[in-house]
Amino acid sequence: MVEFGQFLEILIGGLLSGVLYSLVALGFVLIFKASGVFNFAQGAMVLLAGLALVRSLDFLVARGIPMPVAILMGLMFAGLVMALTAWLIERFVLGPLVNQDGLTLFMSTIGATFILEGAAQMIFGSDVYPLPLFPTDAWFLFESAFPGGILVNKLDVWGGLIAAILVAGLALFFQRTKTGRALRAVADDHAAAQSVGIPISWIWFVVWLVAGLVALVAATVWGTKLGVQFSITFLALKALPVLIIGGFTSVPGAIVGGLIVGAGEKLAEAYLGPQIGGGIEYWFAYVLALAVLLVRPQGLFGERIIERI
Amino acid sequence: MKADVNPKPVARSGPVVANGDVLLAVSNVSLSFGGVKAIRDVSLDIRKGEIRAIIGPNGAGKTSMLNVINGFYHPQQGTISFKGRERRAMRPYIAASQGIARTFQNVALFKGMSTLDNIMTGRTLKMRKGIIQQALYWGLSQREEIQHRRVVEEIIDFLEIQHIRKTPVGKLPYGLQKRVELGRALATEPELLLLDEPMAGMNLEEKQDMSRFILTVRDAFNTTIALIEHDIGVVMDLSDRVVVLDYGRKIADGTPAEVQANQAVIDAYLGIPH
Repeated sequence: MVEFGQFLEILIGGLLSGVLYSLVALGFVLIFKASGVFNFAQGAMVLLAGLALVRSLDFLVARGIPMPVAILMGLMFAGLVMALTAWLIERFVLGPLVNQDGLTLFMSTIGATFILEGAAQMIFGSDVYPLPLFPTDAWFLFESAFPGGILVNKLDVWGGLIAAILVAGLALFFQRTKTGRALRAVADDHAAAQSVGIPISWIWFVVWLVAGLVALVAATVWGTKLGVQFSITFLALKALPVLIIGGFTSVPGAIVGGLIVGAGEKLAEAYLGPQIGGGIEYWFAYVLALAVLLVRPQGLFGERIIERI
Repeated sequence: MKADVNPKPVARSGPVVANGDVLLAVSNVSLSFGGVKAIRDVSLDIRKGEIRAIIGPNGAGKTSMLNVINGFYHPQQGTISFKGRERRAMRPYIAASQGIARTFQNVALFKGMSTLDNIMTGRTLKMRKGIIQQALYWGLSQREEIQHRRVVEEIIDFLEIQHIRKTPVGKLPYGLQKRVELGRALATEPELLLLDEPMAGMNLEEKQDMSRFILTVRDAFNTTIALIEHDIGVVMDLSDRVVVLDYGRKIADGTPAEVQANQAVIDAYLGIPH
């Protein structure tokens, strides 16, 4: 019974922490769906959003503005920063590259990453800033059934709730609105989309804005967990196996991929760790991704690519 | 309710202008990519209500000309005037919003989307609700969606593709994809429709169907059509006037019979004995 309780605790903790990976992966999926670009700058955007939020919060609170109002104003400010970023990226990075190869666009996002990281830290500072938005203590569930109960972090549960709301909203947006359809059209074929009068520059702005706002949401949860700091950009690397497993074009895939990675790495650490040495958590996701690539290159939920020759 | 929807897919309001007026004129256009001269000092006009063919051997600059007309390429020299307004270069978005629609040589559809959604994208410019309104007034934008859906269903009926309405277009055979692409262009209610090899890779029966659709679009809705086609038989049957390009130059322009008898055209296609 003790063992089963431990297993449940690891599984639940892993699944919930996987959802936090999904939050970051969602930003990638959005941009990939709508522009066919793998956006290397997504991690930098999480950092930028987090810094803008936490620094404006500090500024407002220091001036005696009550916390709930400060949070609201801070979120609005960070949202504006992300909108400005989206506009600048469209105007100066992607706009001049319309109709270019996907690889060219990918390279340009690597350049954007360095500029965003540098600019974010130059403007907002480069320390570790705590962001106390969500409760960080834990619940102990089923204490009667299992000795000591099952530990569940409240923050992880918040993350799961937020991810669920985001996914539902994004799915509706993509499938049911004119703009969503235009986004999918631009993703499939730039030239054809232009020929029916879809304004590409506006669509790309919208996509990068939405991805920026998703980055902001990810930053609230991850900032609470780790503090807002530079190493948050490495989340992008953890999102990569999530994307490969779930499929680059699928919003539900990003969630399921996150769950698999989160649960997989925690269980592997707990049960394989003692046999083959610790630290499995750090590489397990990549091995999983490699296995998926061998069997199903488009990912579990990705669109199968059929090329006519 | 009835006032909002056009009864026919591409019917237009206002009086039909008599044939003969110039709808689009290309004047002295030259286009080059680095050292390659794709178009050299070409002028041509397209008149209201006609079917205008652009023919020529491979690499003659036919597709480049369509790309100049709808704004994908910006010529180094020359001007384009559409509906009397002259400009140096078109932009694709402007061209589409002023009534120029097109299809592509290598079918350019949105492969992950259904036939219905593909044709619905053609309604983008006709839909007026912005992104904020879509979020706030769900019901209103749903009603707009339904109105446009009705227009799209009529286009689907016209092109006889009811049975593939919900099929992702990536799975369709080539001939049907070409038809869906025509449907998407028609959904924009164009005044000028540019068709880049609409019958390439089709069998005889499919070519006959496509010819029928093209003629109906012109006759019933008075849409002006410019088409590139390699099947000379089709070109001679369908078109009112033909322009012939060779190595980026215009070598002939006139009725199908005139062009057929033109020595420069015969030389371009068959070569000159040395």
